[in-house]
Amino acid sequence: MAETKHKIARPVNWNKLEDPMDLEVWNRLTSNFWLPEKVPMANDIQSWATLRPEEQLVTMRAFTGLTLLDTIQGTVGAISLIPDALTMHEEAVYTNISFMESVHAKSYSSIFSTLCSTDEIEQAFRWSEENPYLQKKAEIVLGYYRGDDPLKRKVASTLLESFLFYSGFYLPMYWSSRAKLTNTADLIRLIIRDEAIHGYYIGYKFQKGMEQETEARREEIKAYTYDLLLELYDNEIKYTADLYDGLGLTEDVKHFLHYNANKALMNLGFDPLFPREVSQVNPAILSALSPNADENHDFFSGSGSSYVIGKHEATSDDDWDF
Amino acid sequence: MFEIAYFSNVSENTKRFVDKLGVQHHRIPVMASETPLMMSEPYVLIVPTYGGGDDATSVPKQVIRFLNQQQNRDFIRGVIAAGNTNFGDKYCRAGEIVAMKCHVPLIHRFELLGTPYDVEVVHKKMETLWNQH
Repeated sequence: MAETKHKIARPVNWNKLEDPMDLEVWNRLTSNFWLPEKVPMANDIQSWATLRPEEQLVTMRAFTGLTLLDTIQGTVGAISLIPDALTMHEEAVYTNISFMESVHAKSYSSIFSTLCSTDEIEQAFRWSEENPYLQKKAEIVLGYYRGDDPLKRKVASTLLESFLFYSGFYLPMYWSSRAKLTNTADLIRLIIRDEAIHGYYIGYKFQKGMEQETEARREEIKAYTYDLLLELYDNEIKYTADLYDGLGLTEDVKHFLHYNANKALMNLGFDPLFPREVSQVNPAILSALSPNADENHDFFSGSGSSYVIGKHEATSDDDWDF
Repeated sequence: MFEIAYFSNVSENTKRFVDKLGVQHHRIPVMASETPLMMSEPYVLIVPTYGGGDDATSVPKQVIRFLNQQQNRDFIRGVIAAGNTNFGDKYCRAGEIVAMKCHVPLIHRFELLGTPYDVEVVHKKMETLWNQH
């Protein structure tokens, strides 16, 4: 923290930037700010009732799993990055990330309170505390958050933000692609958008840190990154099977995991690991995630109430004075 | 073959993709104090979207400044967009806006640093565009 790094306490001066990325990301994050209370969850009650009991159970479990990761990232992960910050503005950005993770964690409780009974909610939370794979993923990441290597902490943080969430994010996108729980999907998309900026920024700061290191140390950290990814991946495959085998979705989820693992590596500045054949996401999921992503997608399959049709207009030279 | 003009901020994600392409390229300056880039040959623009916000903030201001030059708009022949599908319907939005405003095709979209597959596809699509040129 500022107090330990400098002999005198210093106030943060946003009019004197050392890294323009800090302000750019701060502005993105604050302009994307949202609260779960603004998303009309009650519209999903009827849709929830159309899910089979097992489908409801898996959905709740996936969401308690996500709640756990958001809780860790909000109360330990993002905060653990503050002492390593290179600039005071970077410290401030981490406080924003930390707070938003707590908003994300709370938003799952909004979903639960709208759709489920108190008893069901408690059972799902108990499951999250007892599931060995979920607990193991938390344990691995927390180990690095509490460790003493700033670069390894950033790698673990980026892998959490850009990879570990996606086994859980898959399910609301799947329901959305089938026109179910579309308001829940709208809320999850807001979380997914935030996580992208978090992963990008922490990954960027990791790369800045790497620039200061020797070639040997860079190689060590790179090897560590791929090892950690594979350790988390092995566990993630087991978690995925445990969660999704009953719904027959495990193989489809794996593709989504490979795709996001590659993106997590890219956020850290490394080359993707999983080949294209196993990283191609089911087009219905990609379309639910990002209506623009698939060039051949059926325009009307875009789901969710936030989907709006853009207006087109021809341009003149004057238009370029933004 | 067309040349490339591209924007990449200090994260250099887009720059790394451009480096992998092996096509003659020119970087749009990050700082307003640097000499502006003026293109004098037909080119394809690679533009990233950093995501999330509304349309007015989707195109990086450096790219707006670059395209405010009539000469740069005269030579643009196509757009390639970088982004992240996590940004939902804003995925690669800057590329769509530039393509629409300049009346040129958006020939490809890729995520972050791009994969070897993206490099392959961009080569093919730029060749096709060149042959139609």
